Amino acid sequence: MKKIFTFAILGGLLLVLLSSISEIPPLGEEKNPSYNEISEYYVTESVQDTGAKNIIAAIITDYRAFDTLGETTVLFTGIAAVSAMIGISHHKGKKEDQEHHG
Amino acid sequence: MDDLFVKLTTRMILPFIQLYGVYVILHGHLSPGGGFSGGAIYAASIVLYTLAFGLEKGKERMPHEISSKIETGGILVYVLVGLSGIFLGYTFLTNIEAGFPIGTFGKVLSAGLIPVVTFAIGLKVMSTIVTLFHTMLEEES
Repeated sequence: MKKIFTFAILGGLLLVLLSSISEIPPLGEEKNPSYNEISEYYVTESVQDTGAKNIIAAIITDYRAFDTLGETTVLFTGIAAVSAMIGISHHKGKKEDQEHHG
Repeated sequence: MDDLFVKLTTRMILPFIQLYGVYVILHGHLSPGGGFSGGAIYAASIVLYTLAFGLEKGKERMPHEISSKIETGGILVYVLVGLSGIFLGYTFLTNIEAGFPIGTFGKVLSAGLIPVVTFAIGLKVMSTIVTLFHTMLEEES
């Protein structure tokens, strides 16, 4: 019963995702929804708004700076996860080394 | 790895890689690049040093205490710069509107807090990659 339920849910999800593929606009078309006034605004106004020559840097660290803060936090989370998985404690190891040598 | 050629080449090429990394970070708002790529280039130089000279010397060059301090300091600078916007009466991470100097267009000292933020990101990415590499090597040995 549980398996049939899981398959039904997954099959429904597959149908929804596959049917949405046919609605995706073609790549590089001029009338795509991604080419709206926001990109035009960035191209024309970013120099006056931020004074940065590199528009990408202006978008990443000015218009969407909070998003970049989250991105750098992802790095911190990654390193915390790796240290937790590998399980090396730098402080404890140091003390033990000193005890052994001493 | 105990190879004379590798060590000699590493010693010769190291300052140029580090200079290029610092250049990419500092010119993040002028030329292609930025904090992430510049920090990765700088970290690559330390990874190369560790590969050529061994983990012991690599840890002497970039001890864990210092790299963890740099990592925390980078994100701290970012958050403090963002909070300064709130204290000046605007939203989090407001740049030019909050009164940061816009400078001359096309010069290194321009664009308000973008170079500061890019530098903080560069420090963070560099120390993260180095710490990850050293931690994984430590586990192996």
